[in-house]
Amino acid sequence: MNRDVLVIGGGIAGIQASLDLAEMGIKVHLVERLPSIGGRMAQLDKTFPTNDCAL
Amino acid sequence: MSEHTEKTMKPDVLEARIGVFVCHCGSNIAGYLDCEALTKYAATLPRVVYAKNNLYTCSEAGIAEIKNAIEQRGLTRVVVASCSPRTHMPLFKSACAEAGLNPYLFEMANIRDQCSWVHMQQREGAQEKAMDLIRMAVAKAAFLEPQQDIESSLVRKALVIGGGVAGMSAAIAMADVGIDVVLVEKEAELGGLLRRINRLAPKGEKAEDLVRDLVQLVLSKENLKTMLESEVTGVGGVIGNYEVSIRNGNGLEIQEMVGSIVVATGAVPLQPHGLFGYNGQNVITQIELEEKLRSGELNARNVVMIQCVGARSPERTYCSRVCCLTAVKNALYIKEMHPDAHVHILYRDIQMYGAENEKLLWDARGRGVRFDVYDVGRPPVVKEGAVELYRPLMGEVEEIPCDLVILSTPLVAPENTPALANLMRISIDQNNFFLEAHAKLRPLDFATDGIFLCGTARYPATVCEAQAQGLGAASRAETVLFKEKLVASALISQVTDLCDGCGYCVDLCPYNALSLEEYERDGHIYKRNKVDKMLCKGCGVCAATCPKGGVVVCGFTRNQLQAQVDAALEAM
Repeated sequence: MNRDVLVIGGGIAGIQASLDLAEMGIKVHLVERLPSIGGRMAQLDKTFPTNDCAL
Repeated sequence: MSEHTEKTMKPDVLEARIGVFVCHCGSNIAGYLDCEALTKYAATLPRVVYAKNNLYTCSEAGIAEIKNAIEQRGLTRVVVASCSPRTHMPLFKSACAEAGLNPYLFEMANIRDQCSWVHMQQREGAQEKAMDLIRMAVAKAAFLEPQQDIESSLVRKALVIGGGVAGMSAAIAMADVGIDVVLVEKEAELGGLLRRINRLAPKGEKAEDLVRDLVQLVLSKENLKTMLESEVTGVGGVIGNYEVSIRNGNGLEIQEMVGSIVVATGAVPLQPHGLFGYNGQNVITQIELEEKLRSGELNARNVVMIQCVGARSPERTYCSRVCCLTAVKNALYIKEMHPDAHVHILYRDIQMYGAENEKLLWDARGRGVRFDVYDVGRPPVVKEGAVELYRPLMGEVEEIPCDLVILSTPLVAPENTPALANLMRISIDQNNFFLEAHAKLRPLDFATDGIFLCGTARYPATVCEAQAQGLGAASRAETVLFKEKLVASALISQVTDLCDGCGYCVDLCPYNALSLEEYERDGHIYKRNKVDKMLCKGCGVCAATCPKGGVVVCGFTRNQLQAQVDAALEAM
């Protein structure tokens, strides 16, 4: 069985899933339609309730 | 005057070949500081053999430059003047390691967060401060010493505390991937709150079916040990090696070693004693209504529901999230059971969040469920056989006849939450719910490594959400448990020969990483401090407390800090 995982979409959900899988030692292919990952989150400035920089 | 003279420096320090990389960070730094001038300045500092500025040091090109310089210029120390160590220190350190330089021979000067960003309006002063910061980092860098990461083994076993839907989901998920799991439940049965619920919104599945399926799965796993009527009474150790004491149903203390812990202790509905005439008979809570619907013994034909009872108030400022959905769902089931029944929902605001839930609200309206807003300053009054409602829009008082009043009360943290939090050294919020490490970056993690959180133990959640969080927490725990070994930073406390075992530091350590040990020298027994390498976080409280230099933090030793301070004072 092939143990690699394909994650479609590089927004925060896709990135977090990819990171967790990679941490577990699984090879991940993260595919994003746009030239950079980050999705909607990368377009935000600060986010509630902690007011961190979204980037 | 400086403690360090050329004579007292070790050859390793004297012969250090330091490379300095000054980052523009796009315009974040270069927009306010003259990075080229900073680079020229860095090149004049003692032992700096190479200085370079680049647009983004963290980019692929920037990292390649660091590696090339280490290899081609024979750098033995690397300083990057850029952002905060929190952002890119791991990246720069690993670049050093890849080029064959011990990663602990790296130092960072924060000329962005602590300089260009905060002094945008004072450019000249900022430029001088950046020079100071770089000079200090270079001075310290010379005194850095190579270190080895600390490695430890781990136990591939997990503890799940709480056997509700979140805890069961987490336990099943981990057992499925081959991890041994201990599931501890304080009641005599698994299922938690779900055992009291009738049907689930929006599709109407029977809660008892879901409980039965989950319990069957739990019991079918050979590597999942369930302990009922049991409670966690002690937690020691650290990530990878937690020593847990559990008191089982027979009152016996059992010890378990686990690598990770999932907290899924759930929440309980508030019992609204003293509110709106609650009596448990004809004024009951939503969860008590669920039980009546489940057993089919609901005879009332005139029902009034009151929302936000004991919630969104000064004592409990939060919205319990699931009560609107629950009230609408239960109103629909009352109408299904008795189509001629009158159901009134008195609310402050209605929020049916989610993909399919809004439709339930329209279904309820279509079936004749009445929705009336009430004024929190003049809430409804429950009387014998009626509820008196002040209508804020009309300015009138209306009596709604009813034979059953349902109070929608919030989910609240179980009573023993603070005690359990104390046991595991994890945080709780002002409402006694468990508190995650970071609302967005680490929503299922605790600040304490290796302990994770899911379900209503954090905040009221629907069954679907609790289940999703349970699976998420399992996945987070698996990122720990699938490691071959744990690697921790070597920048932790180290006991020196000057320690005389006075123990001042032991009481002050916030991580319980210090203890006193006895040792023998020349036939005498002495005491000295001992550091638990996995518990120590290198915070430095011990080193700051010790009057004798008996304990130091690697990477922040006396001579390293002295060099930095001397460099800072040079400009004066």
